[in-house]
Amino acid sequence: MKVHDYNALMRRQASRRSVLKGTAMGAAAFGATSAGLAKFSKPSFAQSDLRAEILKIPGVGMGSPTDADWQKVGELCLGPTKETVQEGEFAGVELTFMGLNNQNLHNLLFRGFLKPWETYTGARITWIDLAQADYNPRLQQSIATGTVDFDIIEMGAPFEGDVCGKGLASEMPDWVKTLIDMDDYVGYLQAPVGTWDGKTYRISVDGDCHTFNYRTDYFESEELAEAWAAEGHEGPWEPPTTWQKVQEVTKFLAGKTDPFGMEAYGYLDAPKPWGGFGFYFLASRATAYAKHPDDPAWLFDLDMKPRINNPAWVRAIQDVVDALPYQPADQLNADPNTTAFQQFLAGTGALCTWWGDVGSAANTSDGSVIGDVVGFSILPGSDDVYNSKTGQWETLPSGPNFAPNMAYLGWGVYVMARVDSDSRKHKAAWSAAAHIGGKDISLWTSAYPSGFQPYRNSHFNVEEWTQAGYDEAYISDYLNSQAESYNHPNAAIEPRIPGIFQYYSVAEDELTRIFSGQVDAQTGADNIAAAWEKLTDQIGRERQIELYRASLGL
Amino acid sequence: MQTSAALIGDIPASRKALGRGLIIAASLGLAAVLVWQILFVSGNVEEGFDTWRPVLYAYLAWAVVLGVSQVIIRGEAGQRALFVLPAVLFTISMVIFPTAFGIYIAFTDWNLSSFEGRQFNGLDNLRALFEDSYYWNSLGNMAFYVAMVLVEYAIAFGLALLLNAEIRARRFFRVVFLLPFMLSPVAISWMVGKSLMEYRFGPAANLARFLGWEKPAFFTEPWIAKISIEVMDAWMYIPFMMILLLAGLQAMPRDVSEAARVDGANGWQTFWKITFPLMLPVSVTAIVLRIIFKLKLADIIINVTAGGPGGATDSVTSFIYREYRDRSNVGYGTMLAEFYLVIIIIFMLTLLRFVSRWLRKLD
Repeated sequence: MKVHDYNALMRRQASRRSVLKGTAMGAAAFGATSAGLAKFSKPSFAQSDLRAEILKIPGVGMGSPTDADWQKVGELCLGPTKETVQEGEFAGVELTFMGLNNQNLHNLLFRGFLKPWETYTGARITWIDLAQADYNPRLQQSIATGTVDFDIIEMGAPFEGDVCGKGLASEMPDWVKTLIDMDDYVGYLQAPVGTWDGKTYRISVDGDCHTFNYRTDYFESEELAEAWAAEGHEGPWEPPTTWQKVQEVTKFLAGKTDPFGMEAYGYLDAPKPWGGFGFYFLASRATAYAKHPDDPAWLFDLDMKPRINNPAWVRAIQDVVDALPYQPADQLNADPNTTAFQQFLAGTGALCTWWGDVGSAANTSDGSVIGDVVGFSILPGSDDVYNSKTGQWETLPSGPNFAPNMAYLGWGVYVMARVDSDSRKHKAAWSAAAHIGGKDISLWTSAYPSGFQPYRNSHFNVEEWTQAGYDEAYISDYLNSQAESYNHPNAAIEPRIPGIFQYYSVAEDELTRIFSGQVDAQTGADNIAAAWEKLTDQIGRERQIELYRASLGL
Repeated sequence: MQTSAALIGDIPASRKALGRGLIIAASLGLAAVLVWQILFVSGNVEEGFDTWRPVLYAYLAWAVVLGVSQVIIRGEAGQRALFVLPAVLFTISMVIFPTAFGIYIAFTDWNLSSFEGRQFNGLDNLRALFEDSYYWNSLGNMAFYVAMVLVEYAIAFGLALLLNAEIRARRFFRVVFLLPFMLSPVAISWMVGKSLMEYRFGPAANLARFLGWEKPAFFTEPWIAKISIEVMDAWMYIPFMMILLLAGLQAMPRDVSEAARVDGANGWQTFWKITFPLMLPVSVTAIVLRIIFKLKLADIIINVTAGGPGGATDSVTSFIYREYRDRSNVGYGTMLAEFYLVIIIIFMLTLLRFVSRWLRKLD
């Protein structure tokens, strides 16, 4: 679990009555939440002693876990290792593990989990700890200069193109697949994520997606509801569920007063470049327009022809251009960090898109003033969706098109191909990776501060969490916010091609020109498409097409 | 005392031959390791080293042999050469070689994600540079930022005159005025750009509202954003110019200005006829150094605006940073940097020559 989520849950448990009080919508949402999670819960689930035992280390609300706790959890979860490895089998084997040290988690947890594994197997691990900002340059330099000096890597799926696509990763042996129970992964983390050309490489340890956050007090305001009706808007005054409504609400709120007595604003766009990551936020606006249920592609055609300048993406870009005048005066210089933490949590704006942590940070961040008046859902849909194959906008018989953006796809653990030539090292590396990506240990990382979110269907069994000490209402609410996005049948899966962040970064530069009015949406989108074509040529078009198709599972 | 020539003359020919032999052997060894590794990397031989580290070791061994040989061949003169030789080799290794290698990289297509790796692509990067509107936009912005150095100089001169005057708490103000220069640009980005100038709660924004600016957004209109960045950078570096000018003012002979005052010159005349001309050499130094700092402007832009809105605040360095860090475009990014270096060298040489002529004319 992300640290802020954990802290939020702790705090929310303490004040759950006050949070529930006056949030009729929250209660309604909870009803829906429980129903949503029911599909993950096994009615007659008999919680294993092991899972119950590890969830008591150190105990919910007993402070942050320490290295001793991580080691204890690691030792208790050694069962699968003992089934497949003899004691001392890897004596003399040296492995190098490269990962992050964000918030003193990630690698630091892995160290603790793997300590008992090292003791049992006899292998020794050397650690390469990296700050987030150093990660991409370090990885790219290692790849480009042929100096891969690590055997196991913690890596996000968007980098699979750079690593798996270039044959640098080791294919997962079948015994590992069985050991970690891959079928338990939530829908979007199933193949093709983690696979290339039909081969499996990734052990998932995390999940990521964008969700939609809204202020419940705005939509409970009778004054705003009356104004909404008086202005002749269709439908009730409620949180928007389509981007068309998001635009309408954003324009409606401009010039009005919010429930705090401040200037009211609707959706908060993030137009300022953010090292490539800002592109995710345009993508979240675009997926409902661009991701057709019958088409796995949404960002590129299958021949890598960019779709960024097709009518769907241009509409999303134009939506931002149209909405910006109704947003705070300095919105043009707002990056996603600003929209979430300096605006939305600080009481500015009613609607905002982010990863699954804004809602809970609302209760823990010192800068947050919105506390218990935040609700969240999957990303809005669209009344119509663009079909790239026919070149037509379509209205689906099932209603609005929803396409949650699986932004970044979460962290995974990969073994490098350089161990393949040494059978003992190969088995040791995969055994270590399987240990930290195991089913039981992952329940613990979901429940305690680890830097990782729930990512397995078994993580959504509310009973296990409540037995561990979590409050049922709130853990249900927390889990449902992610579960529905993860398992959506029309989820927009990020292309896992080499240099994907280069595409995003180039786009960000051009988008800022569009948003500042230097070029129109279509011209700017055409410029991005041209730059992307150039980039594809530079990286290697034929190979890029192959890898893109492979990433879509084709 | 014996001369160097005499010392060398005393050294036996056999010893000199040994020294020369050592140099030749070490050079051949270094060349052999280097060529072999190049052949291995280019796929012409099957055996080689996994990394270039052995070549580095061979170079270090060659450097040691070169030093030892100097002593063997030249005796005491060689010993004296050892004081300089390490510095020379260090400069070659850490400055000249990287620059030359950088020039080579600038003529390659090298995207770290590329499947083909580094490929020589002739003048393609240069052509791309001339067609790159982002680069020329950032160069245009740099012209603005550099021109603003003159304004900064005027303010710094004013502050230096103030601190040079007999004012109360002069020493205190000298320290206080220096504080911004002690801060890191990243700290200033957050303290000033993202806090003081923050639209909702920033004191600077609130003051602007109080003064009648209804929507005080400092970073959304291109010119306002550019000026805001300039103000932050100026705030940090004006103290640097001020301290140089203050040192100049304090070193200035007082009798000249006192004589002028006795002759009936007022304060303005004393400044223009006496102080300003005498301060010109210091002023030129301060301005030139400030321009050099200014040409490297990046940190504040990266942190506060990321070059926006629409490239209005982008500097060449912040643009190159994006090309390198976010896009791993090493070949093209290096070409941008090398081209910028050439522009800087030409600009600085021209500026210095112009100033030198101007000063001579004044003399």
